[in-house]
Amino acid sequence: MTAASIQVSEPPLVLYTLRRADDALILGHRLSEWCGHAPAMEEDMALANMGLDLIGQARELYIYAAKVEGKGNDEDKFAYLRDVRQYRNLLLVEQPNGDFARTMTRQFFYAVFADLYWRAMMMSRDATLAAIAAKAEKEFAYHVRHSSEWMIRLGDGTDESHRRVQIAADDLWAFTGEMFVVDDAERGLIDAGIAVDPASLRPRWLKTISEVLSEATLTIPQNDWMQKGGRIGHHTEHLGHLLSELQSLQRSFPGATW
Amino acid sequence: MYTQALNTSDGDDRHVEDATRSAQFQARIDADERIEPNDWMPAAYRKTLTRQISQHAHSEIVGMLPEGNWITRAPSLRRKAALLAKVQDECGHGLYLYAAAETLGTSREEMVDAMLTGKSRYSSIFNYPTLTWADIGAIGWLVDGAAIMNQIPLCRCSYGPYARAMIRVCKEESFHQRQGFEIMLTLARGTPEQKAMAQNALDRWWWPVLMMFGPPDQASQHSDTSTKWKIKRFSNDELRQKFIDATVPQAQFLGLTIPDPGMTQDAEGHWRYSEIDWTEFKQVLAGNGPCNRDRLAARRKAHDDGAWVREAAAAYAAKRANRPVAQAAE
Repeated sequence: MTAASIQVSEPPLVLYTLRRADDALILGHRLSEWCGHAPAMEEDMALANMGLDLIGQARELYIYAAKVEGKGNDEDKFAYLRDVRQYRNLLLVEQPNGDFARTMTRQFFYAVFADLYWRAMMMSRDATLAAIAAKAEKEFAYHVRHSSEWMIRLGDGTDESHRRVQIAADDLWAFTGEMFVVDDAERGLIDAGIAVDPASLRPRWLKTISEVLSEATLTIPQNDWMQKGGRIGHHTEHLGHLLSELQSLQRSFPGATW
Repeated sequence: MYTQALNTSDGDDRHVEDATRSAQFQARIDADERIEPNDWMPAAYRKTLTRQISQHAHSEIVGMLPEGNWITRAPSLRRKAALLAKVQDECGHGLYLYAAAETLGTSREEMVDAMLTGKSRYSSIFNYPTLTWADIGAIGWLVDGAAIMNQIPLCRCSYGPYARAMIRVCKEESFHQRQGFEIMLTLARGTPEQKAMAQNALDRWWWPVLMMFGPPDQASQHSDTSTKWKIKRFSNDELRQKFIDATVPQAQFLGLTIPDPGMTQDAEGHWRYSEIDWTEFKQVLAGNGPCNRDRLAARRKAHDDGAWVREAAAAYAAKRANRPVAQAAE
């Protein structure tokens, strides 16, 4: 016996909130995969810290999405009982950890965006989102600092670390464009002052990315073809495996309380 | 998390120390004074403590593995966050304990290498597998419960840095223990399948947890010096009995059965338990537990895979340190 996926109705504000919640959960889950296996104990602590920030953000956002949706769903139903096609996260955050350089590059690309994004969202006309933003922004400021320092250390460390972090940046670059895309579902929220326009943040994102990569003696990837699809449930192959692990108990024991 | 089973002191290779200093040292111990890193101490005291604290630190770090095994499968977001935070706490304990051990003059790198090469041990309990979610409850409830029983007396250990580390560690461990018990309670009150899962976890963890307190007093030859130095304040059997007496009512409350049909309560209220299978304990210590190889392999892999990262950080730090000098020379 397995538990079936829930039905979710996705009016714009629910869809918007689920997208951000899914970003946080999936990236938090990825970081938690490192626990006990990091290159140094200090890094085990730091990766767990960032993972906890993200899982905490995901929970607040899911709770809000459930409230707005008003269909009896809750944080765990959203996390554990939606199929891969119902997940709305960015493709970037579902990419596998790979080596430490890849994990840090993913974190760096995303955190620089998320820090700008949630700082702007503190002005949202939606009081709950503004409050979530105020907490998230502080957390992402730390993620930016931590990941930037590692980009510089790895880029300007040894030949080996330089090579690895450059490959990671080149491979992940194509997933960064999706962060700045706006679709019709979000346009209305932006016009209403509930959401911010991520496209407006791209010049500042690129400036920080360029400065850090330059200090790290790394080259900005030149490929400007960008992958997208996560926001409408068209994911890479990696997400299904992550979900089969994350959801295994809830799917195997329908209706149990843990 | 834990150490008692690992204690060995070094009565045999103790150097002949200055008799007056030794007597003064013992007088300070007897007066319940704390020994601090810069104080004179017998070489054997230093060696015993380095071994005990580093083994304790290794146990925290290796202990991240069996619980970490369930972080990605935790059954709710609340449980996931709590487990990740808990395993992070264990890592923090490890770091804290390595720092305490370093005050005795051995570097963390040396201690970690000794663990990775199998020269230094960690607690045997982590050589058992976590097969179901209930094992996460059982570890918190029983393994952390046993650890607290052992560690509370260490808060009064004669060596200051270790005693202070233990005060903080014990606070977090009691939180973990309550969390583990609460997981067990949820399972025990859940579906028949969940209750069976909880009972099965208790069946598998009970005896290995009793072994955490170390060999029976009659077979343990190592405690004398540690007791004299106030590193150890209770015997293995005393602590084991305290743990059992505290745990039996908890199991009854959960509606679970302790897998010891011969267990009876004596006139003084103590729960008398059956013979422990010390052959199993010795086999696990000798490297033949179900997970010994996996645990060491996982730690070695993390260490080896992380080598290039640590080298990069060191290379970058060296470049930074040299930069002002290079500029000044221009």
